[in-house]
Parts: sequence; structure tokens; C-alpha cells
Amino acid sequence: MTSLVSNFDEFMDGLWKQNPIFVMVLGMCPTLAVTVSAINSISMGLATTFVLVASCLLVSLLRHAIPKEVRIASYIVIIATFVTVVDYAIQAISLELYEALGAYIKLIVANCILLGRAEAHAAKTPPVAASLNACGMGLGFTLGLLAIGAVREIFGSGMLFGVSLFGPHFQPWVIMVLPPGGFFVLAGWLILFAAIKARNSSQLSSGERALEGGKS
Amino acid sequence: MNHDSIANILLTTMLPGNFVLAMFLGMCPFLGVSQKLETAIPMGLATAFVIMVASISAYFMNMLLLHFHLEFLSVITFITVIACTVQLVEMFVKKYFPLLFRQLGIYLPLITTNCAVLGVALFQTARQYDFLQSVAYSFGGGMGFTLALILMAGLRERLQLANVPTLVQGAAISLIVGGLLSLSFMGFSGIGGGE
Repeated sequence: MTSLVSNFDEFMDGLWKQNPIFVMVLGMCPTLAVTVSAINSISMGLATTFVLVASCLLVSLLRHAIPKEVRIASYIVIIATFVTVVDYAIQAISLELYEALGAYIKLIVANCILLGRAEAHAAKTPPVAASLNACGMGLGFTLGLLAIGAVREIFGSGMLFGVSLFGPHFQPWVIMVLPPGGFFVLAGWLILFAAIKARNSSQLSSGERALEGGKS
Repeated sequence: MNHDSIANILLTTMLPGNFVLAMFLGMCPFLGVSQKLETAIPMGLATAFVIMVASISAYFMNMLLLHFHLEFLSVITFITVIACTVQLVEMFVKKYFPLLFRQLGIYLPLITTNCAVLGVALFQTARQYDFLQSVAYSFGGGMGFTLALILMAGLRERLQLANVPTLVQGAAISLIVGGLLSLSFMGFSGIGGGE
């Protein structure tokens, strides 16, 4: 049953230990651009997860068939195919969402996480492990997007999932839904994680009191 | 048909609608290669060149696709054209500037997955720009990208001398600096008709 354990590890790897957003800081464009609300973040995350799992599975299945010289081009075409599928699927499911995400659905093609996973992992591993790892990565990405999107929506428009939180007298913190807000919120999360990590590792040496990482 | 004037498009894409700072396209090289001015400038120019070529080819590809009613293939064709262009630039740089080639490292082939390049191709199609407008859009976009990269590199060179708290070091401080830069670029809104 060791394979089951290692498969679970593959999954958790992407979800937490190597979280694409907070640990590897990859795929920044959609991370910052679409996270103005929690709903947008989740849809973007799930769309990316689908493309990631499908393309990693296919790359893994074809890993002996694709010649080394043209591998990047082949991966890109595989990814672009699935992105086209997702693009049309979202358009069919919810036009409103499609308009909110705009060209960023198509831009999933250019997300570094996808090519990075295909090249660094899926091309070397059997299908099951590759798709589990991709699934973990995708969900980790969704989690990261949701974390940023929720903070930006709460502060920027006083709502979460479209439900008003603070009543009608809330003064929205407009900067949060504007481009700079994305940078600041992500930086805030990174600082928070660094603070937690520092506190966990320096329990014996309490001399160095870590600066409390607040959200900007 | 879109009726934005050429000057309008140029100014908008360079300043208030900057690809990196307002539309979050091309964040990876923006955070990755912006450590030193001497690599930021060639990287910016190489990307700007790829954007130009990709945009012009995307314009004609789109005409072809529209003619045969194959719009659903747009993502695949655009990304393939971009990958070929990047390959060309990579071979050119490797042959004539081997030192630069080594400095840029992995980020040169990664121009393929630079959202700015694909973004230009997609946005110009979505906005139905004609040929001259597309050229202006891609030129402005490329210059705006280079500008953002150079500004960021300059700031980060200064940052190396600054006393940054341990917790904030690495990606966090770059993001904060990027956020401030983005904030200052918002001051340009209104130039060129605004977004």
C-alpha cells in the first residue's frame, strides 16, 4: 500500500507544501487580475484545475510518444486545446461569469504553472501520480486565489460571495479592487506565512521577535 | 470596428493601461528578471519585439480564421505563432549575444508563456482593431512593458542597499514595490482618453 501513500503525498504536495501561489509564486497574472471577488477566484481556479489535470494526464500518457525536441510545442498545443474547451464551456454555462473573467480564461494557456507542471512533473511520471499531483496543484491554486479574492472582496466592496457583510454604511476600501490592491493583498499573505513559519522554527530562540505580519 | 485614434492607443497602453501594472500581464518576468538593470533592458526589448511580431502575425492569422469560420482555433494558432517567434529570437540571441543568452537563462524561452504576448493578440482581436491600431497597440504595449521592467529593476537595485525586514524579503517586498509602482501609474489615468 506504499503506492497509495505516495499518491496521497503527490496530492498534498501541490495543495500545501509546494502551493503554486504562496510557495512557488507562479501564475501571477491570473492571481492578481481576476481576484477582485471570491466567485471570480473560484471559477478561475477550477477552470485552471481542469486544464491542469486534463493536460497533465494527456502529457503523462504521451510521455514516451513525444520526441524531446518538440516537447514544449506539443505541451502548449495540448494545453491550448483544453483551454479552448474550458473557454467555450464557461461561455455556455454562465455568460455573466464569462464577461467578468474576460480574456483571462484564454490566458490560462500562458499560465506558467501549466507548462511548468507538464515539463517538470507530468513528462516523467505515470498517469495516476501525474494527475493526482496536478489535481493537488490545481486545488492549491484555487485555494490561493480564494484567499486573495476573499480579502479583496471583503475590504473592497464589503461583501463576500456577493452577500453584504457590514450593512449599508460601510465605506468600501476602493484601492483593494483596483490593481495595486492585488499586489498588496498577496504581499500581505506572503508576509503572514513567513511570520508563521518563522515563529514555528524559532520557538527555541525567542530572542528574535518576528515582526507581526499584518495584512496591508 | 473600433475608432480609437493611434496616438490614443499608444499613450493608453504605455501609461494608464500599462500591461504589467494595470492589467497584470507578464508578471513572471516582471518579478523574475527585474533584479538588475542590465538584464531588464534587453529582456524588455526582446519581449517587445516578440509582442510586435506576434501581434502582426496574429492580425493576419485572425483574418484567415475569420474567413474560414474557425474562430475556435484562435488560442491554438496564436500560441503556436508566439512559440515560433520566441524560438527565432532565442536562436538569434544565442548566436549573436551568447553572454546575454546565459544571463537571461530560462526566462528567454519563457517569453512563450508570457501572458503579455498572448494578451496582446487576444485583446486586439477582441477590440477589433484594424492593422495600424494593432501595430500601435503592440508597440505601446511592448514599450510599456519595457518601461515597467526598467523602473522595477531600478527600484530593486536600490532596494538591495535598503534594510528590509527578514520577513518581508523575497517575493513580498517585490510585490509591495510593484503595488506602489502600480499605484503611481494610476495617476496617469485620463491620459489618452483613459481606460
